[in-house]
Amino acid sequence: MAAGAASGGSATTDTYKEARTWLLMPAWVTLSFLILAPVLLMLVYSFLTKEFRGGVVWEFSLSAYDQFFFDRGLFGDEPAKIEWTYITIFWRSIWQAGAATLLSFLIGFPTAYFIATQPERVRPMWVFLITIPYWVNLLIRTVSMKFLLRDQGPLNDFLISTGLIDSPLHIVNTNFAVQLGLFYSYLPFMVLPIYAAVERYNFTLSEAAADLYATKMTILRRVLLPAVKPGVIAGCILVFVPSMGSFLAPDLLGGAKNFMIGSLIEEQFKGNAGNWPFGAAASMILLTMVLIILLIFARQQAKAEKET
Amino acid sequence: MSDTSQIAIDVRDAVKRYGDFTALKRISLSIMDNEFFTLLGPSGCGKTTLLRMIAGFEDVTEGAIFLYGDEIENLPPNKRPVNTVFQNYALFPHMTILDNVGFGLEMRGASKSEARRKAGEMLELVQLSQFSARKPSQLSGGQQQRVALARALAPKPKVLLLDEPLSALDLKLRKAMQLELKHLQRETGITFIFVTHDQEEALTMSDRIAVMSAGEMQQLGTPNDIYERPHNKFVADFIGETNLLEVSVDAVHEGRATCHLGGGHELTCNAVTGIGVGSKVHMSVRPERLFTSDAPVEAESLKGKVVENVFIGTDISTIVNLDDGPQFTIRTSNSDRGNKRIFDQGAEVFVNMELGAARLLVD
Repeated sequence: MAAGAASGGSATTDTYKEARTWLLMPAWVTLSFLILAPVLLMLVYSFLTKEFRGGVVWEFSLSAYDQFFFDRGLFGDEPAKIEWTYITIFWRSIWQAGAATLLSFLIGFPTAYFIATQPERVRPMWVFLITIPYWVNLLIRTVSMKFLLRDQGPLNDFLISTGLIDSPLHIVNTNFAVQLGLFYSYLPFMVLPIYAAVERYNFTLSEAAADLYATKMTILRRVLLPAVKPGVIAGCILVFVPSMGSFLAPDLLGGAKNFMIGSLIEEQFKGNAGNWPFGAAASMILLTMVLIILLIFARQQAKAEKET
Repeated sequence: MSDTSQIAIDVRDAVKRYGDFTALKRISLSIMDNEFFTLLGPSGCGKTTLLRMIAGFEDVTEGAIFLYGDEIENLPPNKRPVNTVFQNYALFPHMTILDNVGFGLEMRGASKSEARRKAGEMLELVQLSQFSARKPSQLSGGQQQRVALARALAPKPKVLLLDEPLSALDLKLRKAMQLELKHLQRETGITFIFVTHDQEEALTMSDRIAVMSAGEMQQLGTPNDIYERPHNKFVADFIGETNLLEVSVDAVHEGRATCHLGGGHELTCNAVTGIGVGSKVHMSVRPERLFTSDAPVEAESLKGKVVENVFIGTDISTIVNLDDGPQFTIRTSNSDRGNKRIFDQGAEVFVNMELGAARLLVD
């Protein structure tokens, strides 16, 4: 559209230009105040010195980043060693978010496929049903999940009553509980883009593949998945990115041992015990990581789109 | 070489129902080995349903389908040694042309390199070798069509199914492809089952045609049979142009029926069993079997007046109103104009035909 307007006659180009400047204003204002400004603020804070009761002292310092990567002992006078605590938390975050994304894909893809293959009239109803639980606040949903999964919760009661297990499964306070929580929090973000892609899929392609002696698994792998790849990639980004920075699910379902980067950052800004520059530095590191991962995905996406 | 009298596809009492709707009402037909067979009919007549049942995309509600003697109606599509050329080609958009054509070979167990080599040969056959590295979207409609054909032929199917493959092409290209398909069928010796709603296409290409309507087979025969000896009103009307008139039968004698049209005109038609004296039926006579003259020439001559002459390139179409009677359309080939006169509008003329040119039809 924009290209069409720009390549129009020279007499109208100026009018368009002016109109475009004004029409884009709200978007620019929103972008600069709600995204650019907070990020810049974080960037600045991450290079300041911490105040002991929260807040910052306006004095340049690299200590926040230093603290993230290096251990200099309790009083900061020992030789620097690599600090593994935060790197481990970081690594766990990537891993947990990745596992949650995989889980969402494994459940979300068949769900999306199911909805897309329903008669056209009932598809909106299925989409609506998928989104209903998400009208409830995330905190309440996560707490409910903890209640469902705990040792004396309904899930374990049910499994014990059926005789499948003798003693309750310890699900809460494990990595798996966090993955479940993240999966449940962001599942629709996986289902919806894949649904949109499968809905546009030309099912004759599956017939053509079957006609050419492909099995169902081969059709899925060689024909359907490549065709809906852009939707899958979009779904993965939409689940992975918020999962990375999430703190509700890890806090409530993971317990102290299964700390994720989101919780670490949250801690730094909560109450008096916090360390604002450190929290800001961790945020910047998270942002950088996410951007790198997004860039890789975006490249894949562009490639997938060029191919179709 | 297999015996030419062998039956390639045998459809026995095949019925297809969707809930209350019957798409196919007990069809039986045998398609011979090495035959170019066409299923012809208007949209919704069940021809595509029948084709999809042979391919395995639709279940058979009742009846059986045999492929060279093997019962196949319960096999999934990937277990049937038949391949399909789809109406909109259904080329895999993310694969190169070469990999598209090689797909079936690979699925049948050929190695990637082997599949590519054979796919390359197929592309040579359809003269698209230079495009093998491209994606389908980079090809024109006609080229995509040929790729679809090469892809379906590459695994050497026993029968090739073609679902209106030419309908998306423009007229010139379609004509060229009709001949190319016909030659390809001769060269490969593979049985072709071709679905189309275009009667001209069917007449041009087929060894035999099954004309279908409303889930039933109306007539099965060679193009010549179907054109010259249509069995019923539907076939006469659907295939080619014809004069379709209501007549009442006055007498039947030795294969000829004496009938009268409106306005007291009398005409002798070829009789059909089952049509007796007193019945009101339709008769058909092809416009090119008629000619005009200023005096009766043939035994069958009807008096009328020229309403209009329409020039249509190769032919001239003359519309004549019989005195107090029905209207006839007469076609005169432009090359015939020396022998056959074209009369001006308003001229009194006789419409002549040979005995037997007019045929009675079952409804």
